[in-house]
Amino acid sequence: MSDLSSAGTAVGGAPVGGDGPTTDAPGSGGQERSASLWADARRQLMRDPVFVIAFLYILVVGSMAAFPKLWTSQDPRACNTDRSRISPSWEHPFGFDILGCDYYSHAIYGAWPSMVIAIMATGGIVVFGGVMGMLAGYYGGWVDAIISRAMDIVLSLPFLLGAIVFLTVIKRQNIWTLTLVLFLLAWPTVARITRGSVISSKDLDYVHAAKAVGARNSRLMFRHILPNAVAPMMVYATIVLGSFVAAEATLTFLGVGLQPPAQSWGIMISVHQVYFLEDPWLLLFPCGLLVGTVLSFILMGDALRDALDPKFR
Amino acid sequence: MGRYVIRRLLQFIPTVLGTMFLLHYLTSLAIQFSGNPVRALFGDRTPPPALLQAVTERLGYDDPCLGTRGDPCLFRPAETGSGLFGSGYELGLFFDRLANIFFRFDFGINLRQREVTDLVADAIPFTLKLLVIAILFEAIVGIAAGVLAGLRNGSFTDYLVKISTVFVISVPIFVLGLVVREFVGVKFGNVLRGQDWIPDVISAGMFSPGFKADYPWASLIIPGMVLGATSLAVTARLTRTSIMENIRADYVRTAKAKGLATKRVIGVHTLRNSLIPVITFLGVDIGAAMAGAVVTETIFNVPGIGRLVTMSARTGESSVVIGVVTMLVLVVLIANLLVDLLYAVLDPRIRYE
Amino acid sequence: MSTDVNVKLDALPGLDPKALPLQVKNLQVEFRTRNGIAHAVNGVSFDVRAGETRAILGESGCGKSVTAQAIMGILDSPPGFVTGGEILYRGVDLLKLPESERRKVRANRIAMIFQDALSALNPVFTVGFQLGELFRKHRGMSRQDAKARSVELLDLVKIPAAKQRVNDYPHQFSGGMRQRVMIAMALALDPEVLIADEPTTALDVTVQAQIMALLAELQRERNMALVLITHDMGVVADVADRISVMYAGRVIEEAGVHEIYASPAHPYTKGLLESIPRLDLKGQELSAIKGLPPALTNIPPGCAFNPRCRYAQDVCKQDPAPALFQVSPSRTAACHFWKEVKGDE
Repeated sequence: MSDLSSAGTAVGGAPVGGDGPTTDAPGSGGQERSASLWADARRQLMRDPVFVIAFLYILVVGSMAAFPKLWTSQDPRACNTDRSRISPSWEHPFGFDILGCDYYSHAIYGAWPSMVIAIMATGGIVVFGGVMGMLAGYYGGWVDAIISRAMDIVLSLPFLLGAIVFLTVIKRQNIWTLTLVLFLLAWPTVARITRGSVISSKDLDYVHAAKAVGARNSRLMFRHILPNAVAPMMVYATIVLGSFVAAEATLTFLGVGLQPPAQSWGIMISVHQVYFLEDPWLLLFPCGLLVGTVLSFILMGDALRDALDPKFR
Repeated sequence: MGRYVIRRLLQFIPTVLGTMFLLHYLTSLAIQFSGNPVRALFGDRTPPPALLQAVTERLGYDDPCLGTRGDPCLFRPAETGSGLFGSGYELGLFFDRLANIFFRFDFGINLRQREVTDLVADAIPFTLKLLVIAILFEAIVGIAAGVLAGLRNGSFTDYLVKISTVFVISVPIFVLGLVVREFVGVKFGNVLRGQDWIPDVISAGMFSPGFKADYPWASLIIPGMVLGATSLAVTARLTRTSIMENIRADYVRTAKAKGLATKRVIGVHTLRNSLIPVITFLGVDIGAAMAGAVVTETIFNVPGIGRLVTMSARTGESSVVIGVVTMLVLVVLIANLLVDLLYAVLDPRIRYE
Repeated sequence: MSTDVNVKLDALPGLDPKALPLQVKNLQVEFRTRNGIAHAVNGVSFDVRAGETRAILGESGCGKSVTAQAIMGILDSPPGFVTGGEILYRGVDLLKLPESERRKVRANRIAMIFQDALSALNPVFTVGFQLGELFRKHRGMSRQDAKARSVELLDLVKIPAAKQRVNDYPHQFSGGMRQRVMIAMALALDPEVLIADEPTTALDVTVQAQIMALLAELQRERNMALVLITHDMGVVADVADRISVMYAGRVIEEAGVHEIYASPAHPYTKGLLESIPRLDLKGQELSAIKGLPPALTNIPPGCAFNPRCRYAQDVCKQDPAPALFQVSPSRTAACHFWKEVKGDE
C-alpha cells in the first residue's frame, strides 16, 4: 500500500507523481503502431517549451558532472581560511565557503555524486525491477505470488527509515553504499509498473496470435510484450532520477550520506545552513541547483507521460 | 466484508514478518561487513570492557552468525539437545529479536543502557502533535485546492494549483524546511518580536525558528506545515485528477438528470467517489509522515522521535536507530492495514469482491 | 400513483396542459473543441404525443444522444452548447427557463434512461439510496417513506425480493436487473415524457426483449410519451409509432413506422433497411451503405449524405441542404429525389 507516492514524500523530495505513470500508454497494435507512437511523442516533446528547457538544464548539469573541467579551472580543495565566506565576485561567482574554498567549483564538482548515484541506482532498478515485474506478470501463479509479496514487503518499509538504518549501521557512507540502499529499497516500484503493463498486454490479441503461431516465451516477452511496458517505465525512470537526486541530498543533510571533504550539494547545504542570515548566497546557490535539477527531471517525466499517453492528445 | 477483513488480516502477518526480516537482514549485513557497532560508538577511546561486553550481549551483537558475511541469522547450531526436529539447529538471532519485540516489547537499549521504549515514550508526544498538524493541514488545504482546480479545469485556479504543486513537490523537504526556518522563523519572526503589541504566542511561539517548550502547539504549527507540504501537493493533484475523472462519469450525468441541485450533484455524487483514493492516500501518508518527521524535527529542533533517530544516527548509536525504526515500521504497517480496511468501508465494490 | 403532484410545476409560466408533452423545434447544438466546432445537432425538429412512442434512429455519432441530453439539459458544457431552437414542454420553452426551474422539470416531467446502467448508477450508494433520493429531494419525504416507495418501485419493475435488494449496490445486480433499476428511477416521479437512450444496447438479446416489453407495458399503463433513441431497426419496428431518422445532426426522414418500412423516401433510410439481413433474401449479397458518416467538424456542403448516395446528383452537392419535402400529409423526407427513391422499390 505505501507505494511510490509515499516513498517519494518520505525522501522529502519528489513524489513520483500523485497521479502515477499510466500503465496503459501504448494501445494494441504491432511494431508499426509503436514506432509512430514514439515518433509522435518526440515531435510533441520538441514542441513543448517546458520539456526543452528542462532537458537543456539537465544537459548543463550532466556536463558539469561529466566534465567539470569544462566549467571551472579552479580546484575546490584549494582552500585558505583567510578567504572564509567572501561574497561572490567576477572571479569567483559563488564566493568562498566557510573553509575559504572556491564555492563555484565546489558546486560544479558537487553535481557529480548526485548524478552518478541517481543514474546508477535508476539503471539498477530499471533492469532488476523490470525483469522481476516481467517474470511476475508473464508467468503469474507462484512466481507472481513470491515476487509480489517481496515487493509488498520492501514497499512497506518507509524509504527514508530503511536508508537511515542501513547507512547508520554500515558506517561506510559513500557513493556505492548510497546507490545500493536506493536500489534495494526502490526496485519494487518499477517491478510493479512493469508487472501491470505486462499483465494488461499479455491478453492482447496480437500476443495470442504470436503464441498461436508458436513463438517462444523469450520472443513473446521481448518482441511483443516488453515494448508495451517501456513507455510507463521510461516515464517513471525519468521522475525517479529526480527523486534520487533529492534523496541523496536529504540523506547527506541528515548526516548519514556523503561526508565532507567529499563535494556534494547536500554537504554544501548542511554545512552552511547556519550562515543563512549573514550570507544567504552560501545556501541559495546549492539549493537552487538542487531544486532546479529535481524540478527538471519531474517536469520532463510529466511531459513524457503526456506525450506517450494518447489520451492526452 | 467479513471475508475481506479476514483475508487482509491473514496477509498482514507475513507482511509484518517479512518486513521485520528485511530490516533484520539489512542491519545484520551491515554489521557483518563493518564489525560490532557498539565498539565503533566509542570512537578512538577504549571502552571499559565490562560495559562493552554488557551492551553487546544485551543487544545480541555477540551472536556468531554476525561474523559470517551474508548469513541471514535465521538458525544457529543447537547448543543443547538435537535442536528443531532433530536437525541439530535451533532458531537464531532473527527469532530472538522477534521474541523480544512481540513478547517482551523490548526494542533494545542505548549506550547508557536506557530502554529504547523509554526514549520513544519521552519523544512521542511531540511527534504526535506535529503529525496532527501536518495531516490536518494537508487534508484541508490539499483537498480544497484539488477540488477547486478539478471543478474549474483549465481555469486560472487550475493552472495555479498545477504549477505550484509541481514546485512544492520538487523542493526537497529539508531545503524547504531550512528556507522556511530562516526566512519565516528567524527573519520575519525577529520583526514580529520587535513589536510590543503582538502577543508572545504569535511572535515567540508560532514564528520561532524552532520548537519552544513554552508553546508546545504554537511553535509546532510551522514545522507541521513544512512536514505536510509535499503531501499536500500530492493530495491536491490526486484530488484534482480524481475530480476531473469523476465529473464526466455517467453517474454524475444521471444525478443531473434526476433534477438534483448542483450542490448535491457535486457534493454528494461526485465528491463521494473522488475522495476514495484521496482518503486512502492520506491514511498511507500518516506512515510516510512519521518518516518525514525525521527531517522536519531535525531542522526545527523538535525533541520528537525523528530527531531521536537523526541524533542517534549522527553519533553512530545504531541500536537506538534500529529500535526506533523497527517501532515506526510496525506503526506504518498497522496504519496501512487500517487504511485497507477503511478502503473497503468507502468502496462497496471492494467489499463484495 | 400520482396523487402527490408537484404544485410548483403547474405554476410554470405559459404552461398549457393541452399542448404536446414534448416538442422540439429546430434544435441546434455545437461542441466547441480544440479541433474546431463540431455541429452535432443542426436543426432537429420532432414532437411526441402522450402514449405515443417516437423512435429516433441513426448511427452512432449522428447526434441522437446529444439531442436527448439537450432536452434534459445535461449537456457537458463546455464544450457543448445549445445555440438555437426551442424545446417545448406543454408549450413552455425549457431553454428559456432559469436553471432552478428547469431542474424541477427533470425527473418530474421528463425523465431519462441511459444506455449502460452499470456506469450510469453511482457505484458507492445503494440502489435504495439512489431511488429514495428522488423522493426526498423532490417530494420532501423522510428517509423511511422514501425507502418504502423505493421498494414499491423495484416491485413495479419486477425485481424479485425487492425488499432485500433495495439495500444492494449496483454492481450486485445483473445487467438486466440493473436496467430495470434505471427504469424504476426514471419512472419514480411519474414523468409525462420518458427518453430512453439505447436502453437495451448493452444487454443480451433475450434480456433486451424483456426490457422492451416492460417499457412498453409501463408506457401503456401511464400513458407516457416515449422517445426511444436507438440504432436498432428491429427494436424500432416492434415498439415505435413514429420514426425520425437522423444523419449528421439532421432529421432526414420522418414518418409512421409502417410507412417507412413499406417505402422509405430517403436513400439513407433505404440503405439502412436493405442492410438488415432477411431470411427471404438468403443467398443474395447483403447491401451495405458505402463509406462512413462525416466528421461533425467537417460536414460536406449540400446534403450531408451525398458522398455515400447512389442517387446523388450535382444539386445534392450544393448548399443549402435539401429541406424536408412533404412526401404525404403525415410524412416528410429531406431528399431532392424522394420520388425516385420511394418509387424505385
